[in-house]
Amino acid sequence: MNPKTRIMILTALFHLAMLLVSIITVLPFIWMLSASFMQTGEASVFPPKFIPDQFTLLQYRTLFERMNLGRYFLNSLVLAISVTLVSVLVNSMAGYAFAKFTFRAKKPLFALLLSSMIIPGQVTMLPVFLLLNKLGLLNTYFGIIFPGMASIFGIFLIHQYLKSVPDSLIEAARIDGASDFLIYWRIILPLSMPVLVTLALFTFMGTWNDFLWPLIVMTRENMYTLPVALANLLGEYVQDPELMMAGSVITITPILVVFLALQKYYLRGILLGGVKE
Amino acid sequence: MNKNLYTPFFFLAPALATLLIFFFLPVGAALLMSLTDFDIYALGNMDRARFILFGNYLRALSDPLFWKALFNTGYFVLVGGPLTILVSLAAAIALNSKLLRFKKFFRLAFFMPVITTLVAVAVVWRYMYHPRFGIFNYLLSFFNLGPVDWLGSSAWAMPSLILLAVWKNFGYNMMIFLAGLQAIPDSLYEAARIDGANWWQQHLHVTIPQLAPTTVFVTVITIIGYFQFFAEPYVMTQGGPVNSTLSIVLYLYQQGFRWWQMGYSSAIAFVLFFILVILALLQSAIQKRYQEAL
Repeated sequence: MNPKTRIMILTALFHLAMLLVSIITVLPFIWMLSASFMQTGEASVFPPKFIPDQFTLLQYRTLFERMNLGRYFLNSLVLAISVTLVSVLVNSMAGYAFAKFTFRAKKPLFALLLSSMIIPGQVTMLPVFLLLNKLGLLNTYFGIIFPGMASIFGIFLIHQYLKSVPDSLIEAARIDGASDFLIYWRIILPLSMPVLVTLALFTFMGTWNDFLWPLIVMTRENMYTLPVALANLLGEYVQDPELMMAGSVITITPILVVFLALQKYYLRGILLGGVKE
Repeated sequence: MNKNLYTPFFFLAPALATLLIFFFLPVGAALLMSLTDFDIYALGNMDRARFILFGNYLRALSDPLFWKALFNTGYFVLVGGPLTILVSLAAAIALNSKLLRFKKFFRLAFFMPVITTLVAVAVVWRYMYHPRFGIFNYLLSFFNLGPVDWLGSSAWAMPSLILLAVWKNFGYNMMIFLAGLQAIPDSLYEAARIDGANWWQQHLHVTIPQLAPTTVFVTVITIIGYFQFFAEPYVMTQGGPVNSTLSIVLYLYQQGFRWWQMGYSSAIAFVLFFILVILALLQSAIQKRYQEAL
């Protein structure tokens, strides 16, 4: 065999192998989607079926009409959006202060924040739960929004980005008589738009996908987020894969849409040392 | 740079207040709680909690379920971690290959599990593992194998969760490895080729050593993430069968929020914290040695 044919065959095999791996990564989603359009009972067959006999929206109708899914969707959406907006504002302010001001406690404070990132969230769960209980904030949106307002990772991300913004821009604005808040609002925020989008995307996806904290804070059924509702539905309707698949489709669709629209910002976040949720 | 003392604190105040109230003070409170017998009675009346010093930590030492959870978590981390890293490295090298076309498609396909909600995919996988109708047993049937009771047997439950975790997470590390690979200068590979190195030798002597810092980073974030695994067993097995998938976080969740053993639960959380600190110290020691070796 001449070397050229050999390389061609190897390349073809290589692409075949890659195609196989992508089938493995995507197949669960395809099955999820197709089973969600099946009649009740149709997915519980051997061998597994991939195309519904008759396309039906029955499962989706059941979820929205009888299982209150619209409410859970709304809860997830309200929480993800408000945590994102508030935390981007709060973290960008703090990141700006750390990047562009000098004050005595700056270095030790920043070092303290960074080294605290090693503390796992599970440590603070119980005291924060008790605190929210005392304040009457369990089963309210604030129980998730308040603790999510600031994140060390977010402050760090903004700080890293703003360090590369030249001080001369800020100085020029100051000479023109702009106040510090105006400088933040009119210069810093527009300049850091790419990193703000990255942070917003991470926060939105992290809040939407979060499970443990909403599971703890939202114990009343009408306050469930989608993941909590899904885990709960599974307990009752484990014999109805079609219904559960429709619920899963609804849970992941918004996140896929947001990701596809903004994926280049997400990849940048990973490379800046994004943390996993 | 601005010299005004109050301005930076105005910008910092919301973030610092939030972190103080919802993070730093709770860490201290949790430490105190872990030294008390805080339970359901103390929930109504704080005075009912008494200091018992290291009682909760000693209790953990003699609690077989705690050891079981620690063992299971270690199993998940030590098997799932290296598997995830190996798959992500292989995927990154493949994606970085000059021969590969449709790169964007493959990258997106490999990355899809990463971004999707864990609870939703855990629900899907639970059905894929179904002993009678699941796709895994269907595939095995072609080889006249099975059926395997994936989630229902204590031997297979943990490997099943590990497989799900590898599938779900490898894309994340893959992206980090990919960036590391793209930073390796082509001249190094050319030099290796001139020295007569084949494909395998090039990767062994160029890629692997050049990626060492990336690998340390990826290893650390994977291990830290895997130590906290919770949603997979919560949704798929509830820690069973016979506690074979009970994880540290699932156990501290059960102790804290099901049995309201909040003192004990806090102590377990601090054990987890302690393990993570040791790992972080280990990492910085490795990195230091590595930098000295350069």
